[in-house]
Amino acid sequence: MSTPLSALFGRSPIRPIQEHMAIAHHCVELLGKFLEASFVKDWDSAGVLQQEIRDRENAADDLKSNVRTNLPKSLFLPVSRTDLLELLHTQDKLANRAKDIAGLMLGRRMEIPESLIDGVRDYYKESLLASNQALKVINELDELLETGFRGKEVELVEGLIGELDELEHQTDVSQVKLRAKLFELESSLPPVHVMFLYKIIDHIGDLADISESVGARLLLLIAR
Amino acid sequence: MSEIISQYGTIFLIMACLFGFFMAWGVGANDVANAMGTSVGAKAITIKQAIFIAMIFEFAGAYFAGGEVTSTIRSGIIDIQKAGFADSPELLVYGMLSSLLAAGIWLLIASHNGWPVSTTHSIIGAIVGFAVVGISRDAVVWSKVWSIVASWVISPMCSGIIAFFIFRSVQKLVLDTNDPFKNAKKYVPFYIFLVGFVIAMVTLVKGLRHVGLDFSFGESLLIAIGVGLIAMVIGAWLLRAIKENPEEDQNFHFTSVEKVFGVLMIFTACSMAFAHGSNDVANAIGPLAAVNGVVMSGGEFATQSGLPIWILFLGGGGIVAGLAMWGYKVIATIGRNITELTPSRGFAAELAAATTVVVASGTGIPVSTTHTLVGAVLGVGLARGIGALNLNVVGRIFLSWVVTLPVGAAISIVFFFIFKAIFS
Repeated sequence: MSTPLSALFGRSPIRPIQEHMAIAHHCVELLGKFLEASFVKDWDSAGVLQQEIRDRENAADDLKSNVRTNLPKSLFLPVSRTDLLELLHTQDKLANRAKDIAGLMLGRRMEIPESLIDGVRDYYKESLLASNQALKVINELDELLETGFRGKEVELVEGLIGELDELEHQTDVSQVKLRAKLFELESSLPPVHVMFLYKIIDHIGDLADISESVGARLLLLIAR
Repeated sequence: MSEIISQYGTIFLIMACLFGFFMAWGVGANDVANAMGTSVGAKAITIKQAIFIAMIFEFAGAYFAGGEVTSTIRSGIIDIQKAGFADSPELLVYGMLSSLLAAGIWLLIASHNGWPVSTTHSIIGAIVGFAVVGISRDAVVWSKVWSIVASWVISPMCSGIIAFFIFRSVQKLVLDTNDPFKNAKKYVPFYIFLVGFVIAMVTLVKGLRHVGLDFSFGESLLIAIGVGLIAMVIGAWLLRAIKENPEEDQNFHFTSVEKVFGVLMIFTACSMAFAHGSNDVANAIGPLAAVNGVVMSGGEFATQSGLPIWILFLGGGGIVAGLAMWGYKVIATIGRNITELTPSRGFAAELAAATTVVVASGTGIPVSTTHTLVGAVLGVGLARGIGALNLNVVGRIFLSWVVTLPVGAAISIVFFFIFKAIFS
């Protein structure tokens, strides 16, 4: 029994996109627990956590497909469909990256050198802060819709994104320091292991970079 | 003095009452839901409250503001002289009976299949159909018909534009400010005043002659202001209880603000029911009044006789019956499907639609309340106010126009000739 009124309202993609970001951020949070397990060489717990990350990443993928199929061309949206889908895609990269890191470390049973553990832990926490900030930003989407993507709410969101950029910059600085410390240890470690350590440092930094581009995509979306 | 009328007059009248009630039942079962559904969907009122509001205000709308449209449907579309009704008044009776039956049946079929068919288009198509084919092309007042058809396009556009600006005002005055909640509490009473004032004003200025009241423009203005003020006072009283709730606001900062607009939507729900009653009850009682007029005068076409109250009660009763027996389910369905319409949007759409429809009613033009509301919602959507709108509904609505008019006409023509064969 459908009437013109009930058929008129389509499923808004705003809530699902917010949910998707929450799942992506959750993957990043789980990565933290994974890292702690790897620091104490508890590979069993690490394995369980990696599986959890994979499951959450799959859930994110399902949600992403769902949003895409529910955005037909005939749906009239307050913002550009392309912008929304690209935002979603960027969010998805966050979950994927977290999954990659866990998978890589678990597969090689990568042990972080003792002297680097604190550095890596702090570096991860900074990336986590960036991801959390991106989540805060995305959670403002329904408020943005409420105010019609203009005015005070936009200013608020721009402020949050500015903070996000700061956090990402912080991780860049930390990355340089961490790589320098690894450089000092290089010769005392197996070369292949060292290369993968650099890779892991890069990937953890990517989490912050992706978070920043989530913010950038949202700015584009608002602007158009 | 027509033999057929004197012989079958009572039967005709009974049939007219039955078919009229049937049509009114259909309007109550399907159409009212579209008028009230947005308020239920935005969680401003419950279904029970919607039914209660509909019962009171549909009636009020029909009584106070429905006279002109009833008049149009009853005798404004057909040219009595050119149709030769003076010689064969029973033709008008057959025609109105078949129109009611045709529109009612088409409504039943369309609702069953979920097609967005308008009760107004059905009855107009049916009447024009029997007149053109059953009598002659000249029997129809084509200028009137074309202006009605034009208004079917204009009314959604009009309400869309009005809704756009109302919503923009809400954005500027309330949503896009530093303290939306405070501003909501400040401005919503004025919006409530506006709802009461506009609806009362349009009704008074345009349509109370048939009730026996005739106010000057100045008197109308004062009464309308009075109505607005009463509404505002009631609204302010309802608003007192609403406090800013930081817990609920955490997830969605505007939860408390929307609650304030929810009170406003109670008033726009009333205005929607009033508007719908003013325009759509006529679809059922217009033809009934025509038959009654012919039968009561024994086939003489006296100048426009007044609308007997019992006819209004029959129509109103039919709507209420349809609503209570079936319509509430449709309201529930709509309410379930509209999960993301917030009161700040809903109110803008409803006020725009109600105003447009009441203006049309006052001018005697039958329009589709549903399509006008769709236009209003699209207007809000254009102001970037709604998450997602299915534009193919617009296409389906156009399609329903194209189908309803000929189908309504065809069914009406068939019945016309059947009645003619039976009784002549």
